[in-house]
Amino acid sequence: MQSLFNSLDLQFVLGSLIKIAIFWIFIMLVVAYMVYAERRVLAVIQNRLGPNRVGWQGLLQPFADLIKFIFKEDLVPLAVNKALYMMAPVIVLVPAMMVLIVYPFGPEVPLPFGGVLSQLINDLTARVGLNWNVDLRTINLYITNFNVGLLYVFAMTSLGVYGIVIGGWASNSKYSLLGGLRSSAQMISYELAMSLSVVAVLIQIGTLDLNEIARGQGDWFGLRWNIFGGPTLAMLPSALIAFVIYLISAIAETNRVPFDLPEAETELVAGFHTEYSSLKFALFFMAEYVNMTTVSVLATTLFLGGWQGPFVEQFPWLGIVYFLAKVFFFLFLYIWLRGTLPRFRYDQLMNFGWKILLPVALFNIVLASVLGVLFL
Amino acid sequence: MKAYVPILIVFIFVLGFAVTNIVLSHLVGKRKNTRAKLIPYECGMDPVGSAHQRFSVKFYLVAMLFILFDIEAVFLLPWAVVFRDLIQKLSRPFVFLEMMVFVAVLLVGYIYVWKKGLFEWNRS
Repeated sequence: MQSLFNSLDLQFVLGSLIKIAIFWIFIMLVVAYMVYAERRVLAVIQNRLGPNRVGWQGLLQPFADLIKFIFKEDLVPLAVNKALYMMAPVIVLVPAMMVLIVYPFGPEVPLPFGGVLSQLINDLTARVGLNWNVDLRTINLYITNFNVGLLYVFAMTSLGVYGIVIGGWASNSKYSLLGGLRSSAQMISYELAMSLSVVAVLIQIGTLDLNEIARGQGDWFGLRWNIFGGPTLAMLPSALIAFVIYLISAIAETNRVPFDLPEAETELVAGFHTEYSSLKFALFFMAEYVNMTTVSVLATTLFLGGWQGPFVEQFPWLGIVYFLAKVFFFLFLYIWLRGTLPRFRYDQLMNFGWKILLPVALFNIVLASVLGVLFL
Repeated sequence: MKAYVPILIVFIFVLGFAVTNIVLSHLVGKRKNTRAKLIPYECGMDPVGSAHQRFSVKFYLVAMLFILFDIEAVFLLPWAVVFRDLIQKLSRPFVFLEMMVFVAVLLVGYIYVWKKGLFEWNRS
């Protein structure tokens, strides 16, 4: 502990703070415009217009929604368990947000005017007697990175289920309780298939460090992604199966169509957040979209090469573009699915998870290890 | 250890954000409470009984199964991570068979649970 405090300096903390602030604003914008994009794209799919009145093409709609949310009545029904009822949205949102900071979203990049900027900062701090030696000529495009990054991601994503169960139970409404129970059973069922599918790719990756996972996919002109088998093409079948299993269970994990049973409007009103209003509802909503982003980012990093792509070595800033393009592809997939597919029945959902996805994931581990033993 | 400090910062940051939001809507939103508005929502009817009733044992069973299988996954993860090192150092069939024994035991448990009918959601 003592050594931790000694190793901390103001410039490290300040640097992380700045990165976190930028990242925060970006995530908020992604979430806000994801909701807007969803409404517009769904409208196009269903042959209507969608929100197009607030600002040009309705682009200010998210801000109008935010203001509306703030001024809505904050309803606390009489029957609820107050403390838990208030805590639930916080418990859902906090882990969802905490996951996103460990992902690398680009390589080491040269900062424009980095040399001048670090000179300026060094001069200024020298004048007040501090001796900082900041070097901003190149910066790493991740907020933090450690060797068990992937485990941390899994640990944090599974924490969100607590908030949903607590919210459903504390609301003391039948719809909420059923929604919360269904949601938790669904999430834990599909989490199994998800972690088992990741085991199959880990055999070819051999590290849990997210930054190294992304960096290791840079061959073949930036296209040697893990979905193509990573180190050897022979691993292609197991990697593809793992990707499909991961994608299906990721959609189920985030409670989206066709697995949106917890919020099946026709049977459960709104599921676990039936009794929530105003900004508390908005927090649940935000957490759902942040979770969608999280699993999309993980799919990008694990399977589609993260920020890797052609010409990244020559132009490092391209990494961010590739990264965002891949993530937005997955986010678009979510909307597309929502506009296309009907909802599963609950027994179909559980049968699919336990009787098909789980054995296939197990079989895939065997397949991956056979291929690994033969070809790695 | 230093790499984990940003996580602590984000934790405090997000916690503050969420709590501020809840307090904000509490302060700013208008309030006009009536009895009908404050009872639990049941499609406009007066609620029948408490919501905290008994529910299907299936949910507990799923939770228990999850713990069992997730522990298996926890054992598989480190093996998968060191797989490439192991096949260089030890003999390849050994590395493979060791884990296949583990997966086979897991599979026997899985088949047992299936035969017991724990995955049949339609049966009461």
